Amino acid sequence: MKASNPLWREQLSGQIPEGLARELDIFESEITLRKQGKLDERLFAETRLRRGVYGQRYDNGQRHDGRKVQEIAYPSGGLTKGPNTIWDAPGMQRIKIPGGGLNAEQLETLADLAEEYSDGIAHVTTRQDFQLHYVQIDDTPSLMRRLAATNITTREACGNSVRNVTACPYAGVCPDEVFDVTPYSRALSKFLLGHPDCQNFGRKFKPAFSGCSQHACGLTNLHDLGLIAVKRNENGEEKRGFEMYVGGGLGAVPYNAKLFDRFVPPEELLPLAQAIARIFAKLGEKKNRNRARIKFLVQDLGIEKFKEAVLEERKTLAFDPRWTEYVKDAGQFLEEPLRPGGEPPRSTPDEFGRWLATNTRLQKQAGYVVVTVALPLGDITSNQLRTLADVVRRFTKETVRTTVEQNFVIRWVSQSDLSELYSALKAVGLGDPGAGTIVDIVTCPGTDTCKLGISSSRGLAGELRKRMVGKSSEFAASVENLHIKISGCFNSCGQHHVADLGFYGVSRKISGYAVPHFQVVLGGEWDHNGGTYGLPVVAIPSKNIPDVVLRLTERFVAGRTDQENFKDFVKRIGKAELKTLLEDLTRPPVDQSDRSFFRDWGDPREYSLGDLAVGECAGEVVSAIDFDLGAAERELFEAQLALENGQGERAGTTAFQSMLRAAKALVKISYPQISDEPDEIVSQFRTRYYDTQKFFDPFAGGKFANYLFDAHQKSKQAYTLDSSRFLIDEAQLFIDAAHSCYNRMGMPVGS
Amino acid sequence: MNIQHVNVKLLVKNPEQVDLEPLIPVFHNWIQGQVCEELLLDVADYRHVFAGPGVVLIGHEANYSVDNTDNRLGIRYNRKGVLDGSNQDRLQQAARAALTACQRLEAEPRLEGRLRFNGQEFEVFINDRLVAPNCAATREAIRPELQIFSEKLFRGKEFSLSYATDPRRLFAVSVKSSEPFPAADLLENLTS
Repeated sequence: MKASNPLWREQLSGQIPEGLARELDIFESEITLRKQGKLDERLFAETRLRRGVYGQRYDNGQRHDGRKVQEIAYPSGGLTKGPNTIWDAPGMQRIKIPGGGLNAEQLETLADLAEEYSDGIAHVTTRQDFQLHYVQIDDTPSLMRRLAATNITTREACGNSVRNVTACPYAGVCPDEVFDVTPYSRALSKFLLGHPDCQNFGRKFKPAFSGCSQHACGLTNLHDLGLIAVKRNENGEEKRGFEMYVGGGLGAVPYNAKLFDRFVPPEELLPLAQAIARIFAKLGEKKNRNRARIKFLVQDLGIEKFKEAVLEERKTLAFDPRWTEYVKDAGQFLEEPLRPGGEPPRSTPDEFGRWLATNTRLQKQAGYVVVTVALPLGDITSNQLRTLADVVRRFTKETVRTTVEQNFVIRWVSQSDLSELYSALKAVGLGDPGAGTIVDIVTCPGTDTCKLGISSSRGLAGELRKRMVGKSSEFAASVENLHIKISGCFNSCGQHHVADLGFYGVSRKISGYAVPHFQVVLGGEWDHNGGTYGLPVVAIPSKNIPDVVLRLTERFVAGRTDQENFKDFVKRIGKAELKTLLEDLTRPPVDQSDRSFFRDWGDPREYSLGDLAVGECAGEVVSAIDFDLGAAERELFEAQLALENGQGERAGTTAFQSMLRAAKALVKISYPQISDEPDEIVSQFRTRYYDTQKFFDPFAGGKFANYLFDAHQKSKQAYTLDSSRFLIDEAQLFIDAAHSCYNRMGMPVGS
Repeated sequence: MNIQHVNVKLLVKNPEQVDLEPLIPVFHNWIQGQVCEELLLDVADYRHVFAGPGVVLIGHEANYSVDNTDNRLGIRYNRKGVLDGSNQDRLQQAARAALTACQRLEAEPRLEGRLRFNGQEFEVFINDRLVAPNCAATREAIRPELQIFSEKLFRGKEFSLSYATDPRRLFAVSVKSSEPFPAADLLENLTS
């Protein structure tokens, strides 16, 4: 805890907006009350989450140190900051940056906070936020006050609330946009922040804006509320509006957003969003967190009924002057340059030339470009942040934004300043070329700090980066522009579904040992606001993933036709061939004395060492269950092929069969005489694994078992292409969970 | 001035020869054995970041790292918790912790003797801007403390102090002695 904590309140007195200052005083009081045992831990947990104060790995007071589970003797003893969350355990602070927009002073404040309260690193997320890790909860009121003094709030950065409103970072300067969505995204963010109608959600709610439908930058397809700028002609006058989408989302099973309205005029933007929030609060699931996102509500009701409910709700809303006040001057919003536009520098065949090619992008305003500052793994040091602040002051009117690719963009850079600006960035390691290319890998925190991480996404990203950086001249042009995105688990924070090459962490047992793996997800589309989601093809041990990247890219270069993109290539070649291409990489090395295969990237600890304690009776059962789970995976793959061929019914039936096979594999361990009857398998599975909670994921609980129960219930219905696609995703997660359940069996308590 | 959150960073010899990767398992072993006075929690790897924190051993009361901030590689002790006692006590505590870590790392076979304190130069930071803003007043207030501390550490040998002056940065001073000392001697000087 910082010595200065008691001093910041007075130090910043008068510099924080009154309402926000009061909120932070209250939060500080809540901390005191919790420490005195006068505030329930669950209530306090939601309170802190709504302030962006998040848990972090090992905050339950246990850590596997590579040999055994070590109890971490925090001095706070039994005091908790939430269920099973020790008070003194370091946590993560998420900081909301609406639309990613920052100024130089804010960059400097973030630099100071990263240095004083974290470990000297600020991390940019895939939703334009910042995260600071290893933060002590007692420091958070001071940290928040310092942010508030520069007009940044962490309010509703986590928890069941409206999260950061993201927006295309090129808004206002992109040649292809319909109009600048910046002022509208800010209006929505301001309007919904702390809005009483947004305080009773079952889960989070994420809005996003895009200035066009063709590029990726806004990723509206994967958001709860997506807004794309459109114009239409009314009586000879061009009017601005938004295509409004609802119910998109990644997570374990990704959903494409559904079109709610083709044209929402600006004055209806805020009231309609409010009505949607009210319907989500009223009708959305509250008890089962796994079905509480708005995507499930939209799916259950159907978009037409959902829309009806929202429009009815809209009629009941009392007029709020902010609906029009917040957007009335949006048409006049304009950022300005600091310096006159200029001529482009001469491109040279050196690193500067390469940086120009990959990290600069022409604005629609002649003479100006947007410069991308590519951050490795989304990380930036405090000193780099200060230099970035200097750079944006020197060359622009502090027009800098974060991006969903975990980078910064500096807007309104005069082309005649590019050489100087590049030198300034390069001096502090911020001038790396390759922005938006295959080396600019997106990754969530994974097992480094996230409680849900299964495999080391950052470790893998670091390794891939190390192997590829500096080799761009060796890449074929078609490969250079591929996107790699990695998540440490199925929850998709790394947005693996919309990558050319996506990976998410799973675990598998090989030769009796738990081995970190990644599911390879192919066929996703980054463009069109994340227009198409990829599907898992095969799980590969983490240590073989670099070879997967190499093989797939080589195959792409060799087999690509004309200007075919990777998504179309995957579709044409088919998953069967791609899986065959990778088949040998699923296997362990012949010589297993090399223990590195059983460790994750960047982590020398043997992966989940508790799994080494294979039960005495394991022998035959192990091989049988391995075989059965493998068969389930094969069956699921057949379902994917059927889907690829447009056979919805067959895909759905086969996917369900694969789930049954995996469930049966587990049941067989204790009940070998189990029949092939679906009713019996599901019933036995429920009794032996669901009711006993043996199948429960440590964090997702019974979510994956419920996929089986739902599928069983609906198994008499016909499958469409859409429903079979969802079922395939769910079946994959169910089978992954069956592997995890099996991995956990036989582990010593606490492992 | 009551200083807290003292950081001491011992600059290393031939930094270009140091590979930080082997440090990761070393720090994990430190956690396994809980070899320091502080509660050790986790390892954070920032080798991919330019002139960054390097590899950090996260602790509850303090972090240890081999830090490359400003492209000056050094073994750093970053005190996070508040300590009782005098300013001299806090300076000495941080220095002792850094020197002890340094001895461990110098003796670590996996590092093949490549990570060695240069014996002459270290940096002191105060990681709390409100307690110690990087300004002339702080420099004036802390200088006598640093004089006493450095005289004790270097046993009266000559040394120089040079201050970083960017007001946005942490209060920082670089201390350089006229001759090199092994870490063990400096530790002994502090305890005598």
